[in-house]
Amino acid sequence: MADENVEMWEKLGIDIEKHNALLNRLGPAYQEIFLSRENRPEGMGFYDFVVGDIHGIRVKELRAHAAKGGKVVATYCVFVPEEIVWAAGGIPVGLCAGAQFSIPMAEPILSRNTCALIKSSLGFKLGLVCPYVQASHLIVGETTCDGKKKMFEILNEYHPVYVMEVPNKKSERSQELWLGEVRAFKDVIEDLTGNKITADSLAEAIDSVNARRRALQRLYNLRKASPAPISGRDALLVTQVSFYDDVKRNTQMINALCDELDERVASGQGIAPEGTARILVSGCPQAIPNWKLHQVIESAGAVVVGEETCTGTRFFSELVPSVDSNLDKQIEAVANRYMNIHCACFTPNEERLDDIVRLARECKVDGIIHYNLQFCHTYATEAAQVEKRLEKEGLPLLRIETDYSDEDTGQIKNRVEAFLEMVKP
Amino acid sequence: MIYAGLDVGSRTIKMVTFDSVVREAKVVAAGVNPLQLCRELLENKEYSRLVVTGYGRHLVASALGGDIVSEIKAFAIGARYLFPECRSVIDIGGQDCKVILLTEEGGVGKFEMNDRCAAGTGRFLEIMAGTLETSVADIGDLALSASRTISINSLCTVFAESEVISLIARGEEPGAIALAIHEAIATRIRTMVLRVGIKEKIVFAGGGSYNRCLARLLEQKLGKQLIIPESPQTVGALGAALLAGECKTGN
Ligand code: SF4
Ligand code: SF4
Repeated sequence: MADENVEMWEKLGIDIEKHNALLNRLGPAYQEIFLSRENRPEGMGFYDFVVGDIHGIRVKELRAHAAKGGKVVATYCVFVPEEIVWAAGGIPVGLCAGAQFSIPMAEPILSRNTCALIKSSLGFKLGLVCPYVQASHLIVGETTCDGKKKMFEILNEYHPVYVMEVPNKKSERSQELWLGEVRAFKDVIEDLTGNKITADSLAEAIDSVNARRRALQRLYNLRKASPAPISGRDALLVTQVSFYDDVKRNTQMINALCDELDERVASGQGIAPEGTARILVSGCPQAIPNWKLHQVIESAGAVVVGEETCTGTRFFSELVPSVDSNLDKQIEAVANRYMNIHCACFTPNEERLDDIVRLARECKVDGIIHYNLQFCHTYATEAAQVEKRLEKEGLPLLRIETDYSDEDTGQIKNRVEAFLEMVKP
Repeated sequence: MIYAGLDVGSRTIKMVTFDSVVREAKVVAAGVNPLQLCRELLENKEYSRLVVTGYGRHLVASALGGDIVSEIKAFAIGARYLFPECRSVIDIGGQDCKVILLTEEGGVGKFEMNDRCAAGTGRFLEIMAGTLETSVADIGDLALSASRTISINSLCTVFAESEVISLIARGEEPGAIALAIHEAIATRIRTMVLRVGIKEKIVFAGGGSYNRCLARLLEQKLGKQLIIPESPQTVGALGAALLAGECKTGN
């Protein structure tokens, strides 16, 4: 089976040697952060299995899909409406871009002052180490931040890229623009796949993506219990895997996990004893395999009970409302749903502050840690407003600005530990 | 009953033993083997409990059988013990600097700590002193001898160093360059202070407080008086020892 993988990777043009090095790094990290932990829910077995063969099984499915003429569409951001891709018989995959490994491969090209996510993304393509990138027929970018926007131009020299324009405001005119973008995206995807999207196919896609969102919401609701039934690391992993796994299978797996957690909550069984400090993480996306902050927080004896991030609530808290079976109306409903993502790329973005406060209270947290990827200016600047608002609400906040490398882990530990002592003396 | 506190920093290791008063306070340079140094520091000492803080706390506490506490809390407790009216602490250590606001009761209310960047730390001063061919101990007095003020723009250690080199090449007075370096650090600390919003009385601790120029500039920039403890480097170790006595730690 391993040989089969190698053969597949070779066909995809993967740089086998470098790729081996990447996998060899992932293994021990995964062992330490996940497998070595006790008392994990059995339902995490599926995720361990998927990550254990992270570039095998799922890529094989994508290849089988392509062999039958199907298309694979890769994305980086939660703004790209995946329903459209599913409805046209394509498969969307959210790319990882959370690995330090690929960053040096992008550094000769990108400015040093670029966020790790952008460097990692481009590095995966330039280094030929990501089979998901290689297996995709189109990468869909967006204009959510300047670094990404310009990076996509460079990426386009190496891989077909299509960029959607995400507006900067939430005004009516912006909504109009975005609706036009979603319509144009539909045309692009129809051209790519050769399939027409129908009211029926879109309705089905909406249903299945909504179902996964509901399952993730269920997971997040369970984390509100005290003691928390699952670690933040595991919950984060579930969301991260949801970005690239099959939507239906994943929904089942999340629900199965939640059934198990239901029992834990009912019997008062927690991943950490009651009274453990509870933390909400808010800010930039934590793409797989970026587990750095969660690992620090939970090793310091706290438990992360929610993520107000793109690899958290921003990914699933809004559903597409059900509308009549009318393609135009459905597309509008899809477009509206995405305009409700409270990303810092919007101005103003008051709703995000409300979200943080609401989640902090619902999850009964002792403190909030604002996670900022270094050089992500929208989040770094918005953090000032977050700080002000939380101070007003009497909610303690710690701001962490970092990247994927390990060199500052010691300093982050220092600050996180001091913060935990402060909020839970 | 004697309690021991260790503050295992990246540049120095501090040890305090305490019963109802400070028995002993020691500062040694942290070599390549901090654990060995800590063992030696505690050798033949009778103590009922040990609490370790500082960068190497996890390593040392698990090897020598102690509990851990963050530097923030350790400094807060140490400073408060020395000066019961203290509401804020500024600490400039070898590899980091921090600003802590205490609550009225003496708990940690808010804090700021430098990230991976060395600007504003003792290390920064040390490198600049080297470039000016003086020592950390003397650079403050050199700065106080300046006959004019100039400024350096960079806070990044690497860039600041090349800026200093070009100032030297231009024939700039060493005292003025040294003063500019101190200005840069004080400005940086001031930003942290503003973020935290400190209150009086303010304790200025850590090796950085030995530097008279830095203390003076900070007082000017903040418009407030700073209290410098007699043994400013051992405030964290003292806090740890006090915690050992209270049988109370961070986690
Ligand atoms: S932070 Fe904004 S731009 Fe970045 S992935 Fe999330 S939604 Fe997209
Ligand atoms: S984290 Fe910030 S800078 Fe990085 S890609 Fe997302 S929005 Fe852009």
